[in-house]
Amino acid sequence: MPSADLAVEARGVHKFYGALHVLRGVDLDVRRGEVVVVVGPSGSGKSTFLRCLNHLEAIQQGSIRVCGDLVGYRETARGLAELRDAEVARHRRRIGMVFQQFNLFPHLTAEGNITAGPLHVLKESRESAATEARRLLALVGLPEKAQAYPAQLSGGQQQRVAIARALAMRPEVMLFDEPTSALDPEMISEVLDVMVALSKQGMTMIVVTHEMGFARAVADRVVFVDEGRVVEDTPPAQFFTRPLTERGRAFLDKILH
Amino acid sequence: MGGWDWAAFQKYLLNPYLLQGAWTTVWLSLTVMAIGLFLGLAAALMRMSRHRVPRDSARFYIWLMRGTPLLVQLIIIYTGLPQVGIRLTVIQSALLGLGLNEGAYLAEIIRAGILSVARGQFDAARAVGMPYWTMLRVVILPQAARVIIPPLGNNFNGLLKTTSLASVISLEELLRRSQMLIQLEFKVLEIFIVAACYYLAMTSLWGMVQRRLEAHFGRPYGPSEGRPLRAVEGTLLEQDAR
Repeated sequence: MPSADLAVEARGVHKFYGALHVLRGVDLDVRRGEVVVVVGPSGSGKSTFLRCLNHLEAIQQGSIRVCGDLVGYRETARGLAELRDAEVARHRRRIGMVFQQFNLFPHLTAEGNITAGPLHVLKESRESAATEARRLLALVGLPEKAQAYPAQLSGGQQQRVAIARALAMRPEVMLFDEPTSALDPEMISEVLDVMVALSKQGMTMIVVTHEMGFARAVADRVVFVDEGRVVEDTPPAQFFTRPLTERGRAFLDKILH
Repeated sequence: MGGWDWAAFQKYLLNPYLLQGAWTTVWLSLTVMAIGLFLGLAAALMRMSRHRVPRDSARFYIWLMRGTPLLVQLIIIYTGLPQVGIRLTVIQSALLGLGLNEGAYLAEIIRAGILSVARGQFDAARAVGMPYWTMLRVVILPQAARVIIPPLGNNFNGLLKTTSLASVISLEELLRRSQMLIQLEFKVLEIFIVAACYYLAMTSLWGMVQRRLEAHFGRPYGPSEGRPLRAVEGTLLEQDAR
């Protein structure tokens, strides 16, 4: 049964790409306000899982609920049926997503990127969308960049605008897919700082990242994924000092040297 | 043999009968382009559909239109269809034939433009909750336009001249009117040179419009104009093959 204080409930999620079995029964609960960091070797399925959470990828088995509602599907007598595009789009409104490659709309200014959703999806007025965009740009530390195009921004600045764009939809959950992996080292902290601030405001966040410092400082739980399954799900203090499994230990050895 | 007649050339340059013919060429081209853009977008989207029926019908349409001469299409529509009870006026036949033909060429150009937009743009548009049509209108097509406009402008330039084929079904555009005037006044060279000047004026004017459009859609990308675009090659030269 869906529970009221759960932001995300994934049950037995299976995902295939043709014959490739990427997710092999993933279960994950995330409470409201919780920050969950997902780690794992490349190819373990962690990014795919994140993309399933807002139905950028279809799943073949299991179920995903966000704030109690199924994402991308509806229940029928014979199981789950995929919804039509417009209904899936409505489900995605409450789930913000930040991508490794930023994916800002290059033909729109920073403000245009942030207001695109509120204007064209939520049908807000131009003034209120622009006011909110300026508030969000200030929040991510870029109040003077409203009229800048993505090509005129550094990677770190682009990613902060991307975070503001996701926040403009007033999401219940924010998904971060390796948000700092494409950044030059000196720009990583400016993005992480925004994410830390966001977590302090009580945002529910699921973060796929290799930034172990961030995981240690901010995460409520670290979820270790390997070969399409959740292998460990523990507080960071436990995971980084006494991982429960041999695979977890081997992974930590590799990334912490 | 009278030699070149400057006075006649100057007289025909402002001949209202020819100017009206030129105007017909302009509005015919613009209307055909509008029809072609509509059909081309529909066919491009259908060709990229997940479902087989729209995909195959679009492919059939493009194959049929690009595989037969426009001249044959026009004659079939205007002269042939009445045999099975479908009677269209000259204008209707020209708009239908030219529009169907243009749509097939534009379909491939538009498809190339959409394919040139990075996958991440589709993801990002969906992630902010945009349904399919909103995503196309707000995110994908404005970016595709940058790639589409150079070959599209090439097509429109060609179209301004291709409309002269409608003279065979007696549409009184520029070429037809030039020929009719020649039959009255016998100044073959002067009148055809005037017609050629009109065509040059139209294509030059369009060239200026196209440069403005390219600058408009290229502005957000900064001072890197003239940078080669993905997916333009291959569509650029199709006009010549007609």
